[in-house]
Amino acid sequence: MITLTPDPFDPGALLSAFAAGRAETGAIATFTGLARAEQGQTTTLELEAYPGFTEAQIGIMAEDARDRFGLDDVQIVHRVGQITPGEAIVFVATAAAHRRSAFEACDFLMDYLKSRAPFWKKETGPDGTARWIEPRPQDHADITRWETK
Amino acid sequence: MAKVLLFGRLSDIAGWRERALDPLPATLSALRAALCAEDAGLAQALAAPGVQVALDQVLVRGDAPLTSRSEVAFLPAMSGG
Repeated sequence: MITLTPDPFDPGALLSAFAAGRAETGAIATFTGLARAEQGQTTTLELEAYPGFTEAQIGIMAEDARDRFGLDDVQIVHRVGQITPGEAIVFVATAAAHRRSAFEACDFLMDYLKSRAPFWKKETGPDGTARWIEPRPQDHADITRWETK
Repeated sequence: MAKVLLFGRLSDIAGWRERALDPLPATLSALRAALCAEDAGLAQALAAPGVQVALDQVLVRGDAPLTSRSEVAFLPAMSGG
């Protein structure tokens, strides 16, 4: 399930709900990303999505991860709009029979989300200047790790 | 009514985010040409690497005809989350 939300979310509550009522799942891996303050250089982060399109594109990757790693289930929650440093910005949960698949699928999905997911990110500094952010070279390198596997 | 959407830095540069297409250009390329003719800054930004076009929420390469219900989106290089 893919959710974009303009509101803060509680990663612990999401994990509890995701883990509930599973008989065959032996492993759940989760990742929670927080918005960084960048030593005070970022006062707010604004994430723009294309409603409908962004969920659909992420959904394609989630289905890919399901097939590739044999997942029982996957959940992705991503903030959009204005985000304050310290708030959770992304939550990924993967459920599988065994831990390796759950860990790897979570890692794969985060590499995708950080490099290629359809978001446009703007940081505003303490002096009010805003700049559009693009993926770091490391983000591009991270996603290519999965291409030969 | 067909509409065109701009995302990220494209909407900052153009000063608008969404616009109805009236009159309706016949094709994507005609729409692009009309937008570029009216705004040199937007023309330059649309020519930047990584800009993609979605028609009715599906990425398209090359040209395509538009209808009165088309939704065209110009997407600058995606930043990831």
